[in-house]
Amino acid sequence: MKIRELKGEAITEAVRQLCLQANRTLPADVKAAMDQAIRAEPWPLARQTLGLLEENLGAAAQKELPICQDTGMACVFIELGQDVHVDGDLTAAVDEGVRRGYTEGYLRKSITGDPLQRKNTEDNTPAFLTLHLVPGDRCRITVAPKGAGSENMSRLGMLKPADGVQGVRDFVLETVRLAGSNPCPPIVLGVGVGGSFDHCAALAKRALLRPLDTPNPDPYYAALEKELLQAVNALGIGPQGFGGATTCLGVSIEQAPTHVACLPVAVNISCHVTRRASVVL
Amino acid sequence: MQYHLTTPLSKQDLAPLRAGDTVLLSGVVYTARDAAHGRMAELLDAGKPLPFDLKGAAIYYVGPTPERPGQVIGAAGPTTAGRMDRYTPRLLDLGLACMIGKGKRSAQVKESVVKNGAVYLAALGGAGALMAASIQSCEIIAWPDLGCEAVRRLVVRDMPLTVLLDAQGGDLYESGPAAYLQSMEREDGA
Repeated sequence: MKIRELKGEAITEAVRQLCLQANRTLPADVKAAMDQAIRAEPWPLARQTLGLLEENLGAAAQKELPICQDTGMACVFIELGQDVHVDGDLTAAVDEGVRRGYTEGYLRKSITGDPLQRKNTEDNTPAFLTLHLVPGDRCRITVAPKGAGSENMSRLGMLKPADGVQGVRDFVLETVRLAGSNPCPPIVLGVGVGGSFDHCAALAKRALLRPLDTPNPDPYYAALEKELLQAVNALGIGPQGFGGATTCLGVSIEQAPTHVACLPVAVNISCHVTRRASVVL
Repeated sequence: MQYHLTTPLSKQDLAPLRAGDTVLLSGVVYTARDAAHGRMAELLDAGKPLPFDLKGAAIYYVGPTPERPGQVIGAAGPTTAGRMDRYTPRLLDLGLACMIGKGKRSAQVKESVVKNGAVYLAALGGAGALMAASIQSCEIIAWPDLGCEAVRRLVVRDMPLTVLLDAQGGDLYESGPAAYLQSMEREDGA
């Protein structure tokens, strides 16, 4: 078997560019969902508010500004082919890419080095790195900057198996209701169902990486995604919480096996600036 | 209704505002968020003066991105105001007239807004580039060590804002969705 060499510098450069791209340009599927929401929105104030959010995308592109001032934690996901050998320290290479992207790109440095003593690291490192080993000799890198307004409204519940799918529905709707206007609606929901306590939260985060126009491959969960989207939008919270039909642009569920005694559910809320950018090396 | 207002703001300026009205705000606005509120509370506890005069003042809860060369400020949309709730009633009692942010406030803040004839206005959350367009100057006046959380003195012109909490107890986050849902019910019934 042939092992492919990948230089740490190539990973650094890719992460640097993805930090810039993700913060300035909305993914095509999220933009399409916004366009569709404006067309479908019946409530005048909500339509006007969505229009201003679209105007903001134009202003960001024109002035080379980030779409949102909360340029987030740099959540980096790497699917590393097991036939790849990384020359150098992978974690350090990713952090260096974040450092360069956030510094050179005039992005905000939002990371505090310690959660209680709260001193800013001043270069937005460390990255929040999730690494998966996959077959093959490629390296797929995704940078998904995550803002705190929506992250803070996310929740995890250890339901009882008897709560079933209705328990999951109720938990998702309760989470959105409690969040209200805080996470900058229209929101995007990443939902994890199953796994262990920690695995479930990771599933919810990973669900946010799936394009909004791509349903869960399992028809049972695809139907649940659609149903939850309708139920969330029936709450009437609307864009920015001012009221309207557009509370949520998309719901993605990721499910996993779990213990016979467990039914974990995690809801990771994202905002109308759901950012992600990927490259394959 | 749409109102043009200029800081400093008096109770008379704010009295006619109702939740859902739009405001084009001009004049000086100070930025402060989590860490700056903590330090302001320490100063007040120690009986020391704040970095700016609270009387009739407007505070914008924002941590902007760094400005590019030649630009006044980077992206500058609002942060979630609820994290400042524990500090806010005290500041309102000392004369703070206007808060600009996004998201729900506590019952204590709502009561204090009514008691003090103040107002809480929404900037568009997640619209950092758009909100920056109305900011004409920006100067750090306190705690530069806080980086994006430092206190800045902004001069704004016609900053587009929406009234969330008014001095009569109105709350757009309650009345807005309720009005929309009622309109849907009427449609269903027709």
